[in-house]
Amino acid sequence: MPFETELLIHQSVKGRYGVDLPTPEVRNRTGLNARSEIGLPEVSEPQVVRHYTRLSHQNYSIDGNFYPLGSCTMKHNPRLNEKLARLEGFANLHPLQSEEHSQGALELIYQLTDWLKKLSGLPGVTLDPAAGAHGELTGMMMIRKAHEAKGNPRKVVLVPDSAHGTNPATAATCKYTIVTIKTGDDGMVDMDAFNSAIETHGEDIAAFMLTNPSTCGLFEPNVKVIADTLHSIGAYFYCDGANFNAIVGKVKPGDIGVDVMQINLHKTFSTPHGGGGPGSGPVMVTEELVPYLPIPYVEKKEDGTFTLIKENETTIGRIKGFHGQFGMMIRALAYMMSHGADGLQKVAEDAVLNANYILHNLKDDFHVPYPGPCMHECLLTHKKQKENGVTTMDIAKALLDAGFHPMTVYFPLVVDGAMLIEPTETESRETLDGFIEAMKTIAKRAREGDADAFHAQPQTTFRKRLDETRAARKPVLVEEK
Amino acid sequence: MRYLPHTDESRKDMLNAIGAKHIDELYTHVPSETLMSEPLSSLPSHMGEMQVESHIKALAEKNTPTSKLPSFLGGGCYHHHIPASVDHLIQRGEFLTTYTPYQPEVSQGTLTYVYEFQNYIARLTGMDIANASMYDGATAVTEAALMAKRLTKRSNVIVYPCVHPDYIDVLKSYSTHSNGTVELGTEPDENTACVIIQSPNYYGLVFDLKELREKCDAVGAKLVVAVTEIVSLGLLPAPEVADIVAGEAQSIGVPMSYGGPHLGFFACKKQYMRQMPGRLCGKTVDADGKEGFVLTLNTREQHIRRDKATSNICTNQGLCALAFSIHLSLLGETGFKTLAQLNHTQACKLADALESIDGVTLKTESFFNEVTASFPISTELLKDELSKHSIIGGIPVGKTLHSMVFCATELTTDEDIAKLKAAIETILSEHSTNGGLSHAV
Ligand SMILES: Cc1ncc(COP(=O)(O)O)c(C=O)c1O
Repeated sequence: MPFETELLIHQSVKGRYGVDLPTPEVRNRTGLNARSEIGLPEVSEPQVVRHYTRLSHQNYSIDGNFYPLGSCTMKHNPRLNEKLARLEGFANLHPLQSEEHSQGALELIYQLTDWLKKLSGLPGVTLDPAAGAHGELTGMMMIRKAHEAKGNPRKVVLVPDSAHGTNPATAATCKYTIVTIKTGDDGMVDMDAFNSAIETHGEDIAAFMLTNPSTCGLFEPNVKVIADTLHSIGAYFYCDGANFNAIVGKVKPGDIGVDVMQINLHKTFSTPHGGGGPGSGPVMVTEELVPYLPIPYVEKKEDGTFTLIKENETTIGRIKGFHGQFGMMIRALAYMMSHGADGLQKVAEDAVLNANYILHNLKDDFHVPYPGPCMHECLLTHKKQKENGVTTMDIAKALLDAGFHPMTVYFPLVVDGAMLIEPTETESRETLDGFIEAMKTIAKRAREGDADAFHAQPQTTFRKRLDETRAARKPVLVEEK
Repeated sequence: MRYLPHTDESRKDMLNAIGAKHIDELYTHVPSETLMSEPLSSLPSHMGEMQVESHIKALAEKNTPTSKLPSFLGGGCYHHHIPASVDHLIQRGEFLTTYTPYQPEVSQGTLTYVYEFQNYIARLTGMDIANASMYDGATAVTEAALMAKRLTKRSNVIVYPCVHPDYIDVLKSYSTHSNGTVELGTEPDENTACVIIQSPNYYGLVFDLKELREKCDAVGAKLVVAVTEIVSLGLLPAPEVADIVAGEAQSIGVPMSYGGPHLGFFACKKQYMRQMPGRLCGKTVDADGKEGFVLTLNTREQHIRRDKATSNICTNQGLCALAFSIHLSLLGETGFKTLAQLNHTQACKLADALESIDGVTLKTESFFNEVTASFPISTELLKDELSKHSIIGGIPVGKTLHSMVFCATELTTDEDIAKLKAAIETILSEHSTNGGLSHAV
């Protein structure tokens, strides 16, 4: 059972410390008086170790159990990758070291770039972006620059209403006006809405940002038509590739008319999220957009050595300090090599198989907004349970008591009471069966009409239902000093 | 494949259960002309742990890390000692393999350390509040500029030329794609959203910020202070006159890793709370009245406000924020100040050594752990020559390329400094006798 622990700030006892440092000679050439009270705790090493170990016990993790968060892609995190990222030759490498001292790092970047080119079918790659959304921004900056080079940056970006929120936020950060395209009853882009937006905004359209496979767990069947239409008016097709794990080794985005796509390395290629990050969001582009790639990037010289290109006339510029999330690149390359081309294709197939297995087994107990088969995630709603006063949030909290992390709730926004379940390929049939059983039991309880009991859940977790309204109304972000 | 639990048999059974004969039946939504006709023959097949390990180890061994040679590189990324407990704790699967804490009842561990992180950053910077981390220093400072634009409804940003060049470059890239300008070092006026200064700056120089605060107040501009070396806040006074303090916290708990992942931080005054970018963790109570934490003020975020969001950031640097919090907790009030003093003292010794070399002039009189010195030879040449002496020199800077920024940390030994001094003296004497001596301007 998890134990309570107080914030370290409140455990402080003056005179304790957790690091033995040499006593420095006191000098001051800063030109200013030395710092006064900061307000940091004073605690010993055992206290710190116990505090954080206790905190770890208050967490749910993929190491411990199934984590079916749709769109977030929580799969097994191999420890080999961790070991390799910690090699001294990588961990202690300073980003401003000479190329001679960093040939191994540059070569690793080059090799990862090569894998991504071959998997995506797109010839240009940047590994600089720090996360998926940062990759989106990088991609949209490139699109803007390409339009500018043709004399008109254009004004409008089309985004489906089912898109991840980062898509419209990214386009807005790039100062584009967002025109929302509605999703049809089948969960796909409504082609009438798409065509009418094309007609209305025509050559004002800079790009269409489409997540494919979509956040409804579906592959967009009209991708080719969409790509052709966009290209016919000189607009670009941006594909949010956060869900690439459903099609890796099966579909090459470059072959289907995608101009720009980010891949969330921390999802598809399994780098641990550690409570929300770090991530890495490489962007792949067509030949036409290569001139606009951000700096720096790696090139192979004729003598076989590697060099970092830091200047280029047409680039969008620099989008992050130094050269991207290098530690994540090591992990991703190790993951790709462990799977190989053959394994990555199996990744996609097993991810799709697992999602369909869940969908098939739950389709009688829960409302399925879009008929299957689905891709790597399946979408259910609370429609049947709501008749008995049980909502998506109640189902999520009941799952916690059943020992499972809930699925993604209330997303995508276009589906009322959405529950997006992504099992990933690293789950066994036994695990899926356990989850299905738990969901069926919840559906049965809801049918029996015990809504009040649901509202009181979870009961078995370290904390019971938390008052989120209070947190937002009277925000407390730090302790009083 | 060891990461995939299914066998061919269980795959078949599961397909049977679904009512499909072949996996391709599950790809019927995918138009056949978009499916790859052939497998990826140009990439290798799966490899065992031994093979992958030896391949990547061989790459690591082609590098010469700063732990192998005396190094004087800083410039926004610093080599510090990390206590063993830090890596031990962050590698616990219950931290390492969790996601963003969307379900607070089973994520109190993550939420609590994020809350502790916010507290630590707020206290270090002298600001009221802080967020749950940003990608890195360069993007954090850029987000600060974007926030200042929202707050003032003005479009122009002034950045001091002594701010980290990568930060300036990122500011410029973002600004060419949004409205407004980024100008270097001009005087603020009524169109200025904010002035960005770094202290200690890229050359190591420490600033007194009061005068700039007054200039900003006179025209209603926000003051953004960038910090690339967070250890400096253990010796220098908190930059509390700022509106926003943003920068890089890699120095505490996070290895250099060739430039990433690092740890951006962002702190500001309380009244800007609803315009802050990124994730925030807040304190609340559960159904039993017990204290607990949740992600809060989500209405500022991309998943609710979409194109009106304060930023598009979703994934942040959670695990790096944890490493920072553990390391800082171990140091504590006294340890953190001692660490800062150790860094500064080694930098003072480094400055003494450089000043004592004939022909070398120290350019930074007041500094924390980085100093700039000018040389009678080009510093590109100096860097190469130092490398021949098995020393990783500082960063060549300036238009004339006769200056170099050197950094000392607690890992810089007195012997390293002596070795550097001796090497520079040898190099300078060789190049003066060769007639290669030219004077710096
Ligand atoms: C479809 C989609 N797009 C974009 C993102 C943003 O990626 P990141 O969180 O790495 O910035 C996500 C992940 O949250 C996503 O699921």
